[in-house]
Amino acid sequence: MTAELGNFALALALGLALLQAVLPLYGAARGRPALMELARHTALGQFLLAAIAFGALTRAYVYSDFSVSAVAQNSHSLKPLLYRLTGVWGNHEGSLLLWILILTLFGAMVAVFGSGLRKTLQARVLAVQAMIGSGFLAFTLLTSNPFARVWPPPLDGAGLNPLLQDPGLAFHPPLLYFGYVGLSVAFSFAVAALLEGRVDRAWARWVRPWTLAAWAGLTAGIALGSWWAYYELGWGGFWFWDPVENASFMPWLAATALLHSAIAAERRQALRSWTVLLAIVAFSLSLLGTFLVRSGVLTSVHAFATDPERGVFILLLLGIATGGALALYAWRAPALGTGVPFRPVSREGALLLNNLVLVTACATVLLGTLYPLFLDAFDAGKVSVGPPYFTATFVPLIAPALVAMAIGPMLAWKRGDLAGALGRLWLAALGAALAAGATLAYGETLAALGLGAAAWIGLGALVEWSERLRLGRAPAGEAWRRARSMPRAAWGGGLAHLGVAIVVAGITASQCFQSELILAMKPGDRAQIAGYAIRFDGVSEVQGPNYRAERAMLSVLRDGAPAAVLTPERRFYPVERQHTTEAAIRTTLFADLYAVIGEEDAQAGRTVRLYHNPLVPWIWIGAIVMAFGALISLSDRRLRLAAPARRRRQPAAA
Amino acid sequence: MLAFLLALASAPAMAALDASEMLADPALEARARTLAKTLRCVVCQNQSIDDSGADLARDLRQSLRARLLAGDSDEEALAYLTHRYGDYVLLEPPLKPATWVLWFAPAGFAAIAALLALRYFRRRE
Repeated sequence: MTAELGNFALALALGLALLQAVLPLYGAARGRPALMELARHTALGQFLLAAIAFGALTRAYVYSDFSVSAVAQNSHSLKPLLYRLTGVWGNHEGSLLLWILILTLFGAMVAVFGSGLRKTLQARVLAVQAMIGSGFLAFTLLTSNPFARVWPPPLDGAGLNPLLQDPGLAFHPPLLYFGYVGLSVAFSFAVAALLEGRVDRAWARWVRPWTLAAWAGLTAGIALGSWWAYYELGWGGFWFWDPVENASFMPWLAATALLHSAIAAERRQALRSWTVLLAIVAFSLSLLGTFLVRSGVLTSVHAFATDPERGVFILLLLGIATGGALALYAWRAPALGTGVPFRPVSREGALLLNNLVLVTACATVLLGTLYPLFLDAFDAGKVSVGPPYFTATFVPLIAPALVAMAIGPMLAWKRGDLAGALGRLWLAALGAALAAGATLAYGETLAALGLGAAAWIGLGALVEWSERLRLGRAPAGEAWRRARSMPRAAWGGGLAHLGVAIVVAGITASQCFQSELILAMKPGDRAQIAGYAIRFDGVSEVQGPNYRAERAMLSVLRDGAPAAVLTPERRFYPVERQHTTEAAIRTTLFADLYAVIGEEDAQAGRTVRLYHNPLVPWIWIGAIVMAFGALISLSDRRLRLAAPARRRRQPAAA
Repeated sequence: MLAFLLALASAPAMAALDASEMLADPALEARARTLAKTLRCVVCQNQSIDDSGADLARDLRQSLRARLLAGDSDEEALAYLTHRYGDYVLLEPPLKPATWVLWFAPAGFAAIAALLALRYFRRRE
């Protein structure tokens, strides 16, 4: 019964979405307040209905209702409760429902927090949001209904891919979707602004918080995914330039560009039309990512061609949303007018450089991701575009931004003083030279460049803060007063840049200084890696809730005394008939000792793979710092969601 | 991300390179490792044969090592594998007419971006 309730709620939500996509637009064009007002109520209604549908599906998973086809195909009664819950979105149908839930949540948030918006703008934003919602609701109901029944119901479910039965991955999709879908709000604002023919300071101020929230979600989601790959896939890597990873990385790059150009649009009325374009592009890349992941086109162009139903539907959505928005842009953007002029060397100029670099890098990732698909589709041969290609193209393209990102925040608006900015960054330059020099002593040129850049960016962020606080040049009390009155956005921006520095250091060190040892070991054998002695103490059998495991005991010895025990596992999930490897990781925050085990050979012993990965935890620490920086920025007074309304009320009270 | 995982799962998630496969000569083994990292496990999604636990990856690792043992240079070993599996086996796409766009477009993107910026500032003056 609950499944039918969920299905009914979804259908009703589609009805509301269709209403909301049309009537408020008409109301805004004709000046009918009631029709514009309607959007706020239908947006809340949609969210309520999506929540009911999501709750109904969750209930079916928790109680293992195998008469629901999606549950039967993806769950199992022996699965722990956590993974029955997270299994709700661990498959195509459920993940679409999650997408819809988050989309309607954002719509409801625009309805609730957007009371300070111009009425026509809010109505139009919500209408565009509802168009996207109608598309996804129709897609779900027509091609991927999560509530479809199966008769007769199987005795038990087929289980969930064991690789997905993991806390890191359980929360990866919600965060990523939060980011993808959050960009839909920026998109809706962009389209609404084009419809209005107005991009003013208030518009940019409204777009920023949504983009910040989406960006924080994307950053955290991507980091969580790569962390999962690092510890679960068992070969010590964390990023593979896989098309599906690229599918989330491209919107991230575009959203990063959008965040920065929106600053110029808000503070200086510069780059406005470009900001609108980026908002359209960022969400289009989210849709493209969805298409790539959901259509099966990545696995094989030809498999997609034989069973294209879902893929074609998303491609159609993508075509309508992107094509429509771009056409509207081409038509209306000239009317937005040109912004306030600025010199190339200025804060705006630095933000523009950031944008050009990020967009170029993003276009390259897009090319590398789609190229093999196109070649294959036109029977022009099969090629692989793997990590070597992206390293050779992406890294040099992004490098100028790494150099510029310490300088940009030091430049004045409109007309900056490059020599002055560089002079004030002498400490960062010194630090970068020292870091690079010390690394060069190990004979690694690339590592020297990477660690030098990290020091430059990180120290640059610290120098910028200390400049703002006049540290060392004013009494401590003055600095403290300045620290308290410094806008949160300045704290957040600096923190995000600091996070980038930490990530760059982590990637560089772990790529250039990884040690690896693969050997066969018997109980009592010892191995040496990166100054640690590792003793193999044998393998025992362990029974898990829904798997059996071989667990190895590896003692980490320092000066002959045991310092830690590593227990990597090889698990077998009988329901799904799959093996997984569970890495054992001992981290000091400056380096990871990483162990996985392979198969047993009767004569040689057990294959053990040991890695020492310097600074690898910094990649995720840096990502957390970046996302945290975005949240701090989000709490800035100027961007606080209802701020414009409050400010308007203040003069009246005074 | 999910499709990636599901595709990965279709290959048995066993440990990749096994100690028993490794060559006794450390210099030769180091060459084999370096080459294996640039070769794609053609039934997997974007995994090198060095990382993959699929049976085919193991076969490829073994034939690569057999070629090196037989005295092939790196280029000869790669040529042998490309001859059998096509360019698809190379994670770094080779430069040929069909990949010119792939390799040269990024520089083109950067040039377009620079030109746009130049035009933007010219027009403003």
